[in-house]
Amino acid sequence: MQELQTILDDALKSFAAINDAVELENAKARYLGKEGSLTGLLKGLGKLSAEERPAAGGRINQVKQQIEAALHARRESIQQNALQAKLAAESLDVTLPGRNSSAGGLHPVTRTLERIETLFHSIGYDVAEGPEIENDFYNFTALNIPEDHPARAMHDTFYIDDQHVLRTHTSPIQIRYMQAHMEKYKHLDAMPDIRIIAPGRVYRVDSDATHSPMFHQVEGLWVGERVSFADLKGVIADFLQNYFETKDMQVRFRPSFFPFTEPSAEMDMSWKGGWLEIGGCGMVHPNVLKHVGIDSEKYIGFAFGMGVERLAMLRYGVNDLRLFFENDVQFLKQFN
Amino acid sequence: MQFSESWLRSLVNPSLSSDELSHLLTMAGLEVEEMKPVAASYDKVVVAQVLTKEKHPDADRLNVLTVDVGQAEPLTIVCGAGNVTVGMKAPCALVGAKLPGIEIKQAKVRGIASFGMMCSEKELGLAEESAGLMVLDVDATVGQSIRAHLDLDDHLITLKLTPNRCDCLSLNGIAREVAALTGTVMASFPEATFTQTGTQNRKVKVTSSSACPRYSGRVISGVNAKAQTPVWMVKRLERCGLRSISALVDVTNYVLLELGQPLHAFDLNKLNGDIEVRFGRAGEKLKLLNEQTIDLQGDMLVIADAKAPVALAGVMGGADSAVDDATTDIFLESAFFAPSVIVGKSRRLGFSSDSSYRFERGVDYAATAFALDRATQLILDVCGGQSGEVTEVLGELPVRHPVKLRTSRVHRVLGISLPSEQIPQILSRLGMSYKQNGEEFIVTPPSYRFDIEIEEDLIEEVARVHGYENILPAPIQAPMCILPRNESQRPLAKILQSMVVRDYQETINYAFVDAAWERDLCGNSSPITLKNPIASQMSVMRSSLLGGLLESLRTNLARKQSRVRLFEVGGCFSKSANGYEQYERLAGLAYGGSQAEQWGVPSRNVDFYDVKGDVEALFAPLSLTFKALPHPALHPGKSARILLDGNEIGWIGELHPQWQQTYDLPNPPVWFEVDMSALMGSSVPKAAGISRVPLVRRDIAVLADEGVLVDTLLTAMRGVKAPYVDDIGLFDVYRGKGVEQGKKSLAFRVLLQDTQKTLTESEIEPSIAMLVDVLNKNGAQLRS
Repeated sequence: MQELQTILDDALKSFAAINDAVELENAKARYLGKEGSLTGLLKGLGKLSAEERPAAGGRINQVKQQIEAALHARRESIQQNALQAKLAAESLDVTLPGRNSSAGGLHPVTRTLERIETLFHSIGYDVAEGPEIENDFYNFTALNIPEDHPARAMHDTFYIDDQHVLRTHTSPIQIRYMQAHMEKYKHLDAMPDIRIIAPGRVYRVDSDATHSPMFHQVEGLWVGERVSFADLKGVIADFLQNYFETKDMQVRFRPSFFPFTEPSAEMDMSWKGGWLEIGGCGMVHPNVLKHVGIDSEKYIGFAFGMGVERLAMLRYGVNDLRLFFENDVQFLKQFN
Repeated sequence: MQFSESWLRSLVNPSLSSDELSHLLTMAGLEVEEMKPVAASYDKVVVAQVLTKEKHPDADRLNVLTVDVGQAEPLTIVCGAGNVTVGMKAPCALVGAKLPGIEIKQAKVRGIASFGMMCSEKELGLAEESAGLMVLDVDATVGQSIRAHLDLDDHLITLKLTPNRCDCLSLNGIAREVAALTGTVMASFPEATFTQTGTQNRKVKVTSSSACPRYSGRVISGVNAKAQTPVWMVKRLERCGLRSISALVDVTNYVLLELGQPLHAFDLNKLNGDIEVRFGRAGEKLKLLNEQTIDLQGDMLVIADAKAPVALAGVMGGADSAVDDATTDIFLESAFFAPSVIVGKSRRLGFSSDSSYRFERGVDYAATAFALDRATQLILDVCGGQSGEVTEVLGELPVRHPVKLRTSRVHRVLGISLPSEQIPQILSRLGMSYKQNGEEFIVTPPSYRFDIEIEEDLIEEVARVHGYENILPAPIQAPMCILPRNESQRPLAKILQSMVVRDYQETINYAFVDAAWERDLCGNSSPITLKNPIASQMSVMRSSLLGGLLESLRTNLARKQSRVRLFEVGGCFSKSANGYEQYERLAGLAYGGSQAEQWGVPSRNVDFYDVKGDVEALFAPLSLTFKALPHPALHPGKSARILLDGNEIGWIGELHPQWQQTYDLPNPPVWFEVDMSALMGSSVPKAAGISRVPLVRRDIAVLADEGVLVDTLLTAMRGVKAPYVDDIGLFDVYRGKGVEQGKKSLAFRVLLQDTQKTLTESEIEPSIAMLVDVLNKNGAQLRS
């Protein structure tokens, strides 16, 4: 059966040389098709004797299987090659930038306020707000700053009319909040503690490298039956250490004067070998509590106020206050 | 207040270094704002006397001196000063002295060896400019160190005093405080030694005794107004920041600084008749010492003579009764004016005086006589003369009411526990008299303290002297409770984040703006106006955030940005029936490319629909409607009111070409502004069953006139409530080939679904027919 071996060799050789699916099918027909050489041999079996037939048939079928296997393998291979070529042609430059990827960002003051709010929220402080055009009562009188008091000269006030000013501090929010709190809990024998921070824009007639006519303050207030100056120091120290994420932060309190607190203190924090003023604070003045109907014998409170821009400048290394209100996106993007 | 450390130390001298003293004051609430040495730290400069003076043989302007510097042999010194005379005493820097900017070496000056340098005040760093050698006292000790002679180891200390501590507006007051804080004993003032030999007197009448509870004064006659003020007094005045004027004025200023009592010397011969303390009368004028002529008002207290006001009480003397070189007799006033009467007057007149500064805060009403005697003694010492008797008119002086102080309250407020003896100790040191009854003290503050009225004031005093530093921070302890969070309120942070994700950069702009912005951009001709703006372009309160955003846009364009997207959240203001209203707004402004310039997106300018998409995303899942309406700032064809549930909550549009030109913008920005209250509204989700039955989609394409609004069609279709219709949306707008001019082709996607079963064609058809019908009625015909 030399002929059979020749057919097999020939088929394997021709399949191997083919790289195209159609050509491969044509080649298949040459061996296995109706007119194919192997088909011819099978047809010839009938001429053989009954004894010879099984052995010859077996040999032919063996070759047929071998050819079919080779054909199948080649088919797979051609398919694979075609897929590989297609995928290769489709490959991307993955380093090209993605589409529409740009995003904006928050103003550093907002970022700072969010941080302050988060930290105080973690010890149970809620956020309170109030109007920026305040009346004389909330901005001054209720805060124990009567008409003509020298302390009014400390506030360079923007006036709208005789009765209204642009709030010079966030302290009026304290008053509004305490009034609302008292109203809400008037049916109770003992009011729940007040723990709030009050962030917001404030205004002073002052404009130079270190003063902006508009800036942000955050006011804090805790009123309860067991609140002391030592607690005030504790809260401030804890806040500043966490805000700046350093346990080395030293906080210093020194006596000062604010009409709405007594005792009053100026808060300094250690910074680059010296002390830096960070805000004012003190125990809520009994007159202030009286104005909102809180029994100052039973309840004691502390309040503090800090400059938000100041905290942002120290935290992020901003050296000029004016940058915050120029809104140059090159500056702003640094905080995104 | 600026003062000299050495003057303070002459009154109280605790064993503290200058730095320690400064720290002590700061930590006691008398903040040291600045402490600077009087002179640089040089040495080897001594008092010298010129013995001989000869012309330098080789230089016209130089002299060769022999100078006694207290050494065995006089020194030869070449000197170029014009005022050098034989016998004069002047500072001499010896070889080796390191003056500011120059080290003294033995040197040959034009051939003659010079062994030092005669010095001017400038060379010693004591003055900015000086004309010649510094002339020293004739009785200065030759050879003495100039540091000792001129007291150059002194410091100038500037205190930033809080308004409550008027008791520390004098050397005596500061010394009293230092003594209390350190337990050091104060030196006492020299007793007055003069006798009242003068016979002259002036009658005083006080019409308003509550405004002037104490008025005292005396005549001093026969003074020499031209007398030289002693060097020591000039020096102390200068180190407190006051220039020497004349002996009489200098003495009053000196006592003001020393004791805190403002004094005034009238030229007796310029006063007509008796003195009256009364309020000003309408029409009266007074020329003050600062040459300012004021119109007196009914609430201004004056000192008047029989004819006219001669001084604004407690604020400033009058020019016409002022002492001068020719003055021979004076009336010296030492009074206590009520703070409430003086307060605000000098501010109203636009100046501040040392006197009003003290009187409006409070002057020790018990020390007027002492100050008067002290000043009298100094005037007699310096200017000679005879002192007359004191005239005093006494009214109702302030009363120091006793204040209760409970030890337990001190402990409760401060959060500390003090040893029982500490509170009385502190009270005594502060000059407070008290009666103790167990844990309670009944405390009477001294006359110089105007800030002790309630228990808390005393608690602060205890804390201050105990030391704020000695109150240790307490760990935070409080009953825990969960803070409420309203879920139907969108948190601000989330809203801000939405803007950030939509590629907007947050800005913060001033709330006061240019009136032109309000007029042009908001059509607001009567904005809220500030009475005292810092600049005309910051004079009115904004009613919209647009102006600030445009300004910030311009800033960035000027800095070569080409694509700018900004937003702001902030208050806007308007007048209302009962005052002013503030409403929080969020505004965005987009300028330049719709996307950052990029390889993968064709570049085009941002347009109305880009920003509309941002607004819709911001509000999602709430859905907005937009109504074409004109706005003064916006392009009339590209401007819309934004509505939520039928309520007007904002504006959106492209800037009007007119303002684009005015503000010099190459491209038109698109702006929107919405109410924060609308944006923050949300609702708690409520889940409903969802259908598993497949959705059916049918598209309807119609032709409509350009004037037909898509929203009209959508609203109409939704309005008919066709069965099974779940959602209708527009997916294509086409103009051009195949569509006649003036018309547009619109393609709507209709999604239908039943909750129970798959829809059949016979169920779908009637619904679609309903929609087509309503489209027809609204001017849109099915495309064939």
